[in-house]
Formats: sequence, structure tokens, C-alpha cells
Amino acid sequence: MIWQLDFWLMLILIAAAVTALEVRDLLAAVGVLTGYSFLMALLFAELGAPDVALTEAALGAGLTGVFLLVALAFLDRRSED
Amino acid sequence: MITRSANRITGGHQRGPARPGSDMGSMTSRYDSLFVHVVAKGIVPLVQIFAFYVITHGHYSPGGGFQGGVMLAASIILLRISIGEDSYQRFPREAGLAIAGFGSLAFALLGFASVLFGGNFLEYAMAVPGMEPDTLRYWGIFFAEVFIGFLVWGALVAIYDAMNTGGVE
Repeated sequence: MIWQLDFWLMLILIAAAVTALEVRDLLAAVGVLTGYSFLMALLFAELGAPDVALTEAALGAGLTGVFLLVALAFLDRRSED
Repeated sequence: MITRSANRITGGHQRGPARPGSDMGSMTSRYDSLFVHVVAKGIVPLVQIFAFYVITHGHYSPGGGFQGGVMLAASIILLRISIGEDSYQRFPREAGLAIAGFGSLAFALLGFASVLFGGNFLEYAMAVPGMEPDTLRYWGIFFAEVFIGFLVWGALVAIYDAMNTGGVE
């Protein structure tokens, strides 16, 4: 464990999560959420859980983004609330 | 009724008239860029080889059937997004559910094989009488990973196809 790497990953993770919640453009929110998943996978790998990291990288950073994009194609691009 | 051939995800990048037979009624069809096609077609085999590695080494290293199956599905979905209707010739719509059905059926048969000989569900050591229990357990876990991989692969592609067409066949 490298605590400096953990610290910065956690910090960027929180920033990404807040950005994904606050941003008005839903396409940007999907992009930031995918980046969040990738950072999460890095953090899992760094914490010594390669199995979870592999799942998170394949599902969270890969397929979830695509499914959200397809769902977004049915919606308006801008958030209403 | 959702029947538009324009690519809504990539929005307005489709140049020229839609090719005949391209209207699959899908929300995302084809991204007409040579670079995207070449890169996608080049990357898909590599993703699939890595997915097969993850599946077949799942019983003694990180990964397994689920993760490898997700990667296989991701490779097919990459083809769906990039080359559009051409991907339906390589991997037809019906193939998703067929592969998922094969995977789940084979997994159930593997699980019940030991029940026939007096074991519990998925108790691989009892699956074939007269064989070494360690060998049976090894190959039992291996084939369980492979069948789970098939199931996840087919099911995720089927979910993508269903979402992409708005649930319309």
C-alpha cells in the first residue's frame, strides 16, 4: 500500500462523484461516472483486490457507460432538475 | 415506433444516405469513420483473446467466467456501436439469447450431473464415478467458469440489443 497514491485516488474519486452528481449535461455525467469507475478499479487493485478490480474495470468502466449512453439516446441530453 | 437510422449517440456524424437494409430500428447504428472501423476491428480480437485468457484461467487467478464474459460482450457491443449493421452478420441478434440459453443449460446439467450419482448440486467430486476427486473438482470448476462465461456473454449482448431497439424486435 502506498498511502500517497491512495490519498490522491480517493480525492479524485470524491471530486468525480460530486461532478457526476452536479453536472447539467447528462452525457458529461455518464463520462465522469465511467471515469469514476475506472479510478475505483485502480483503487481496488491498489488495495490488493485484483478480482474486484477486474470486475469493476470490465463492468463499471466498460459496459455500464455504454448502457447509460443507450438509455440517454431515449432522453433529452440536458438535466431538467 | 422507433425506426430511425441516424446514429443518436454519435449525433449527426452519419454521412450520405443510409445503406440499404441498414434500418434495423436501432437507436445506435453506425459511425462512419475509417479510423473508428479500423481501430475497432483491430481491437476486438485482442479483447476476445484476453477474455478467453481470463475465463480459462479463472479457477486459479483473478477473474473468471463473469469477468471474461463481460469482456466478450463488450467486444461484441464495440462492433455494434462502430460498424453497425455489419456486426449483425458476424453476430446475429438471435445469437445473444441462444448463447445465454446454451450457457445456462450446460451449467445446470453440470450441476445436476453429480446429483445423478448421489452428490449435491455442483458437487463436482461426485460427477463421474471412478475418477480422482481432485481432477474432477479441477475440471468441474473450469467448465463451470466456461459456461458462466457463455451465459454472461450472451445475456449482456441480448440486453444491449433489446435496449438499442427500445424493446422492439
